[in-house]
Amino acid sequence: MSRPYFTETWRRRMVLALPWLWAALFFLLPLAFVVKISLAEARMSVPPYTDLLARVDGAVVGLNATLANYQLLFSDALYVKAYLSSLKIALVATAFTLLLGYPMAYAIARAPAARRTLLLVLVMLPFWTSFLVRIYAWMGLLRPTGIINTALQTLGLIDEPLAMLNTPGAVYLGIVYAYLPFMVLPLYARLEKLDPALLEAAADLGARPWRAFREVTLPLSLPGVLAGCLLVFIPVTGEFVIPDLLGGPDTLMIGKVLWNEFFSNRDWPMSAAVTVVLLIVLVAPIMLFQALQSRTEIRS
Amino acid sequence: MTPRRFSAANIVLGAGLAFLYLPLVVVMIYSFNASRLVTVWTGFSAEWYGALLADRQILDAAGNSLMVALFSATLAAILGTAAGYALARFGRFRGRTALTGVIAAPLVLPDVIAGLSLLLLFVAFEQAFTWMPGRGILTIVIAHAGFTMAYVAVIVQARLAGMARDVEEAAADLGAQPFTVFLAITLPMMRPAIAAGWLLAFVLSLDDLVIASFVSGPQSTTLPMVVYSSIRLGVSPKINALATILIVVTLALLTAAAWIGRGAFKQK
Repeated sequence: MSRPYFTETWRRRMVLALPWLWAALFFLLPLAFVVKISLAEARMSVPPYTDLLARVDGAVVGLNATLANYQLLFSDALYVKAYLSSLKIALVATAFTLLLGYPMAYAIARAPAARRTLLLVLVMLPFWTSFLVRIYAWMGLLRPTGIINTALQTLGLIDEPLAMLNTPGAVYLGIVYAYLPFMVLPLYARLEKLDPALLEAAADLGARPWRAFREVTLPLSLPGVLAGCLLVFIPVTGEFVIPDLLGGPDTLMIGKVLWNEFFSNRDWPMSAAVTVVLLIVLVAPIMLFQALQSRTEIRS
Repeated sequence: MTPRRFSAANIVLGAGLAFLYLPLVVVMIYSFNASRLVTVWTGFSAEWYGALLADRQILDAAGNSLMVALFSATLAAILGTAAGYALARFGRFRGRTALTGVIAAPLVLPDVIAGLSLLLLFVAFEQAFTWMPGRGILTIVIAHAGFTMAYVAVIVQARLAGMARDVEEAAADLGAQPFTVFLAITLPMMRPAIAAGWLLAFVLSLDDLVIASFVSGPQSTTLPMVVYSSIRLGVSPKINALATILIVVTLALLTAAAWIGRGAFKQK
C-alpha cells in the first residue's frame, strides 16, 4: 500500500485553510474595520474619516478615538426610534410570515409523497427570481393607479383610489411576500420527518385531530419554527429595499437610516456606529441561529 | 388518518401559492402592453422589449452583472465545497463550531452590514497598498462570493451527510491515495450539490442590490443598481419587460439544472 503524501492532519489543515482564510479576511476583518471607523470623525477627505492614530511626522504619538458618534446615536431620538421600529416591524412581520407559512408547510408535508417535491419547488421558485422584481411587482399592484385600485374603481366598490403603496401595510405585505420561502423550507424539513405513527397513536388514545396537532405535531416542529423565524427576523431587521420602495416617509427602519447616512450624508463614521449597534442588537438572535444550525447538523 | 383534500391547511397552501405567483404573472402580462400607462391595457405589443435591447446603459449593466455572477459563483463554489466537505467529513475537529458560525452568519446578516463592512475593508486596503486597484468588478466579486459561499457549503454538507462513506472507505482499503479517493469518488458524489450551489450563488449574485451598491466603483454599475434607480422614479413598461426576461431566464436555468440534476441522480 502506497503511503499518502501528507498526513491526515495536514490534509485537513489544507482543506480548512481555504474557508478559514477567506472568513478571516472578508468576514471578521471587515467587522473589525467597522468598529474602528465608528470611533473616528467624519471629515472632507479621501477616505472621509479621520485617522485613529495621531501622527507627528509619520510617527504614532497617540490615539484619536472618539465616542461622539455613539453619544449622538443614543441622544438623537431618530436613531433610537429607528432601531425600535425596525425590531417591531421585523417581529410583527415574522409572526405574519409564520401564520401563513406554517399551514403551507404543514399541507405540503401531508400531501401525497409524489406531489410534495412539486409543491416545495413551487414555494421556492419565487425565491430564485429577482428580489427587486418581486418588490417592483407589488409597486405596480398597489399604486393609486395600479391594478387593484383600477379594478375596485371599475367595479364601483370605491370612488377614490385607496392609498396602499408607501404605507406600513405595504411594508408588512412586502416582507411576508419576499421572506415566505425562508419560513416554509425549515418548517417543511421538520414536519416531513415527523413520524405518522405518533399521530396514529394519539388518535388511538382518543385525541381529536386538533389536540393531536397541539400536543404532538406543534411541539415536535418547534425547532423548525425557531429556525424559520430567525431566518426571517434577522435579515428583516436590517432590511433596506422593502421599506424604501414600499414604505412611506413615516416608515422608519434602521437599514434605511444607515443607507441615507452613508449615501446621502456621506458620514462614514456615523454609518459605522449605526452598523455596530445593529450588530449588537442582532448578536443574540444570530448566535441562537448558529447554535440551531450546528445542532441540526449533528443530529443529521 | 387520510388527508382531506379541502382541509384548512390545503386552502391556505393554495391561497399562499396564488399570493406568491399573481404579482409575477401580472408583471409578465403587462410587459406586452402597448400603452405607456402601465395599468391600462390597450393592446398587445413587444415594443418595450425592443426599447430594452436598444438601451446601452441596461445592456452594459447586464454585462457587468453576468461577469460578476460568473466569477463570484465559481469562487463561492470552490470555497463553499471546501467548507461543506470539512464540516461533513472531518467529524468533530477543533474550531468546528467557530467555522459553522462564520459560515452560517452571512446567511442571515443584513445586507447593509455586509456591504458597509466590506467597503470599509476595501478602502483600507486601497490606503495601505497603493498597488490595489480601486473598487470595481473585482470588489463586487469578492463581496458576493463571501455571502454566497455559505449557501454552497450548506448544500454540499447536506448532500455528503446523507451519503454513506463505504465506497470511500473501500477505495482507501484497496490502496487509493486520499487525493485519488477524493477525485474519483467524493467529488463525483458532491457534483450535483456543487452544481446546485453554483447556480444558487449565480442567481443570488445577479440579484444583489445592496452589497453591490456599497462596494462597486463608478465603472461597475450592475443591473439591479440600474433597475433600482429606475423603479424609484416609478413603474415603467420597459422595466416590466426586463423583469419578464429575468423571470423567464431564471425559470429556464432552473429547469435546465433540474434536468441535468435528474440525470446525475439516475446514474447512481
